[in-house]
Amino acid sequence: MSEKVLTGLIVNEDMTLTLAELSRACCVHAEWIVALVDEGILEPEGDVRTGWHFSGPSLRRARMAVHLQQDLGVNLAGAALALDLMEELESLRRRVQLLDREI
Amino acid sequence: MEYKDYYEIMGVDKDATQDQIKRAYRKLARKYHPDVSKERDAEQKFKEVGEAYEVLKDPEKRAAYDQLGANWQAGQDFRPPPDWDAGFEFSGGGYTQGDSAAFSDFFESLFGQRGFRSAGMGAGSGGGFQMRGEDHHAKILIDLEDAYKGMTRTITLRVPEVDAQGHVRTRERTLNVRIPKGVRQGQQIRLAGQGAPGMGSGAQGDLYLEVEFNPHSFYRVEGRDVFLDLPVAPWEAALGAKVKAPTPDGAVDLSIPPDSKAGRKLRLKGRGIPGRTPGDLYVLLQIALPPANTEKAKALYTKMQQELAFNPRAGLGV
Repeated sequence: MSEKVLTGLIVNEDMTLTLAELSRACCVHAEWIVALVDEGILEPEGDVRTGWHFSGPSLRRARMAVHLQQDLGVNLAGAALALDLMEELESLRRRVQLLDREI
Repeated sequence: MEYKDYYEIMGVDKDATQDQIKRAYRKLARKYHPDVSKERDAEQKFKEVGEAYEVLKDPEKRAAYDQLGANWQAGQDFRPPPDWDAGFEFSGGGYTQGDSAAFSDFFESLFGQRGFRSAGMGAGSGGGFQMRGEDHHAKILIDLEDAYKGMTRTITLRVPEVDAQGHVRTRERTLNVRIPKGVRQGQQIRLAGQGAPGMGSGAQGDLYLEVEFNPHSFYRVEGRDVFLDLPVAPWEAALGAKVKAPTPDGAVDLSIPPDSKAGRKLRLKGRGIPGRTPGDLYVLLQIALPPANTEKAKALYTKMQQELAFNPRAGLGV
């Protein structure tokens, strides 16, 4: 075990991800990320592809989309729908938890 | 190592058709997918199902698995017979999807090593071939208090490695990671160069850690803001008071304004999760009633009843 302490960077706060970095982080080709942007699943900042910046939540969404496609055979439109529903479900679950505590 | 009954895991008969197996897989994968499922052990189940499908979907691997014989019971101690796969040709690599580390030793002993060798992934492929190492991902659970102060955590990761003989092994890797102050739920921390080693002179991949907070017994977190339900006595709410309130950063003195009602929200600016734009801490007042379990308490309640013209249901028109 190394005693060295590693310091990381918080994605979003300290840095954003480029198209190349995001595709690498998801183990997919850049074209695939471009397809996610075209589908409206990811919304990078910046106008041209080479200047795109992706946030931390984009990384999470992109990885979930990869999993949905690889594991469940969902197509892009289906992944977009599933992601939106999953996020809504998550926020509803959080609210239910809050309400449960208040009762 | 334990024998695994892939048919039992998939919930199909031994003579199931490829279509039936595919349907069973899709159904189970949706049920246990870690992104979707809230079932306990979903991830473990999902991996098992993925491994079973990896074998059963491939007619070659399925045939080889079948000829191990029907006498094995799930969980039974297992050692592959020598030359168990003689006469079977595996056209592809041992792993066609997923990451090899997710598969069991049982799978590994049957399909693992050869797969990697035939796929030409052995170490020392030499010849100027180089490739950047893969990025790895992991989740870390931290306490809310850690996000306020920042801290150093030791994390253990299981990483697959290809040894000199081309065998895949999982190795435990321990890292000391400094969790930066101000980190929030769901954020990703990137550790450059801590992913999989590259091949040839390729650079090492990165490691991403997704932050998740342990549920706290009295704080709730939403983004940068933290919420706390604070019980106060009826007279503190009615008359106003200075009370102690906990914060993840230590206790503070809090002024309760007179005539406060239950549910009143007090904002402590900048006492949420720290950062360039720090979050706020919201204190929600809850009125706690003293129990009427002594003569004295009963007398006080009775006095209030007699002397206060108070109808708590006035708003309901009764």
